[in-house]
Amino acid sequence: MGDVLLSIKNLSIEYHTDKAVVYAVNNISLDVRHGETIGLVGETGAGKTTIAKSILRVLPTPPAVVKSGEIFFDGDDLLKTSEHGMKKIRGNKIAMIFQDPMTALNPIERVGSQIAEAIKQHNKISRAEAERRACDMLEMVGIPGGRFSEYPHQFSGGMKQRVVIAMALACKPELLLADEPTTALDVTIQAQVLEMMHDLKERLGTSVVMITHDLGVVADLCDSVAVVYAGEIVEQASADDMFESPSHPYTIGLFGSLPQLDSTERRLKPIKGLMPDPTNLPAGCRFCERCPRAAGECAQAAPEMRETAPGHFVKCFYPGGEE
Amino acid sequence: MIRYVVKRLLMMIPILLCISFFVMVLIDITPGDPARLLLGNTATEEKIESLREEWGLNDPLPVRYGRFVWNILHGDFGTSYQTKRPVATEMFQRFPYTLLIAVLSLVLSVFIGIPLGVLAATHQYTIWDNVAIFLSLIAVSMPGFWFALLLIRYFGVVLAILPTSGIEDWKGWILPTVSLALGYAAIIARQTRSNLLEVIRQDYITTARAKGLAEGRVLYLHAMKNAIIPVVMIVGSIFGASLGGALIAEIVFSVPGLGQYTLSGLSNRDYPVIQGSVLILSGLYSVIILVIDLLFALIDPRIRSQYSSKREKIRKKGGVAANEAEEGVAAD
Ligand SMILES: Nc1ncnc2c1ncn2[C@@H]1O[C@H](COP(=O)(O)OP(=O)(O)OP(=O)(O)O)[C@@H](O)[C@H]1O
Ligand SMILES: [Mg+2]
Repeated sequence: MGDVLLSIKNLSIEYHTDKAVVYAVNNISLDVRHGETIGLVGETGAGKTTIAKSILRVLPTPPAVVKSGEIFFDGDDLLKTSEHGMKKIRGNKIAMIFQDPMTALNPIERVGSQIAEAIKQHNKISRAEAERRACDMLEMVGIPGGRFSEYPHQFSGGMKQRVVIAMALACKPELLLADEPTTALDVTIQAQVLEMMHDLKERLGTSVVMITHDLGVVADLCDSVAVVYAGEIVEQASADDMFESPSHPYTIGLFGSLPQLDSTERRLKPIKGLMPDPTNLPAGCRFCERCPRAAGECAQAAPEMRETAPGHFVKCFYPGGEE
Repeated sequence: MIRYVVKRLLMMIPILLCISFFVMVLIDITPGDPARLLLGNTATEEKIESLREEWGLNDPLPVRYGRFVWNILHGDFGTSYQTKRPVATEMFQRFPYTLLIAVLSLVLSVFIGIPLGVLAATHQYTIWDNVAIFLSLIAVSMPGFWFALLLIRYFGVVLAILPTSGIEDWKGWILPTVSLALGYAAIIARQTRSNLLEVIRQDYITTARAKGLAEGRVLYLHAMKNAIIPVVMIVGSIFGASLGGALIAEIVFSVPGLGQYTLSGLSNRDYPVIQGSVLILSGLYSVIILVIDLLFALIDPRIRSQYSSKREKIRKKGGVAANEAEEGVAAD
């Protein structure tokens, strides 16, 4: 695998609402290499979407505030890049597949023109040419080109998701932020879409940040995995390592007791208890309350990220396999 | 689509019949005798009675209504009791004043209100937003006649650059237009702001940004087009209402418009004037609402698809089913 393409350093993001401050992302660091696919897993509200949006700088501001950190892409800090510079990166070098396909498309614009718009924005080509390419993109995701001039309400949820994917892939980005790209799809289409993304990755060397709840997707596509809990990365390792020897009690809980992946257990296992309220995070380890291993010190101090094996990082005082 | 328009236009006939019947009943149960009002207190009972007979006021209600409808169908709106001139002619003379004021004030208010609303929405939580909200709140809550009087005082009396009343040349239009536009602009600005705020929070706006589009394109092409629909509704209903004559402006500035005419018709119990005004205004209003609905359909394909005729719908459905079958095959 190549050099580092994206490097997030000590990123913290808060949402300042009328009532409270939501600590959505807390001091996260993450590297993505050229051609690497990294899986971001974690339960709902962990801050995965917030991380992805902050890379493209499309967080809603207000309420979102980037408190600290740097996001290096190709050596430049995106958080310091001008709006004009970002315009050339968004949709072109970095593209995002948004989580909810039902709301991600403009309801009053033709589906095809929404894709063509992205292509036209970043290529010096005629409108007709952009539309032709958009048509190709539609066909690539399995939608007949003849439906180019229909509107989103005429599409099913799965088809909308495929349009969103086509839009993100239209300019052949170097980095793809895929926020649960297959959740809205049925199983056959899911397989097709994953296949397509895999193919793209192989052909173009695209790096992918894959946000998902689906361990099958992680196993199939991801080179490495980062587990996100309450706005922190609690464990990070190569996918093989993660499946073989999960060390953080949260990861172990999530992945269940499955020693290797079989097809019946694809989904993350729910864990007892709730994630701490992001407006009021505990002082010590964030997982302490739900943790079967918690000891006195866990509630007092937050553990540091430690390398327990080469390339395997864990944020826990008592890491290790299941007892 | 055309079928829909024709259907809507045909629907106007029963609506207008109902409205005019309702107006006739109201007139019937309202105290006051037009003959007595015209002839004055000194007139003898016989004279009043013969006038009522001449106007046909002694006939039973259904007969009067039938006659009214019959005359309308022949293009006859009746003759004013007071002026003895045909109602149609008088309204035709006054309508241009009302129309011009309505159009001018609405155009002005759109040009002030929409940019102000956009400014406020795009600068939420900043001083701009607060200033815009504050201004529009003042403008909405200020009584129209009072603002009109203020305008007269400063531009008509203190500065003496504009006429205080009457319409002799183009200068006469300015104050009535401005006095009306202020309130309208405030309503439009508030509506624009709240819609746009709602729309720019939507996911598809984030999608548009994530494509690398310039902020202006995101705002005007993606956000405004979605946010404008309720604004069109508001503008349309203001327009419809102001065609009835902006009464206060017409009275304060002595503009010979429809509002004054209707008002004098009401106070004199001039039945043909009342009936004619109500009929024309409700007809115009229905047409405006239809135009608004068509505008909606033009902007929003979801609304458009509701209007497509049944035959088209069935064809579409067949098409979709065929497509889905195709997909099923492709998926297997
Ligand atoms: N616009 C917002 N205003 C206030 N709080 C927000 C906003 N968006 C997200 N949050 C909060 O930030 C936290 C992280 O949200 P985020 O959407 O990043 O979670 P996620 O990991 O993507 O969850 P999911 O798996 O459900 O998509 C949550 O607590 C959420 O309530
Ligand atoms: Mg999310």
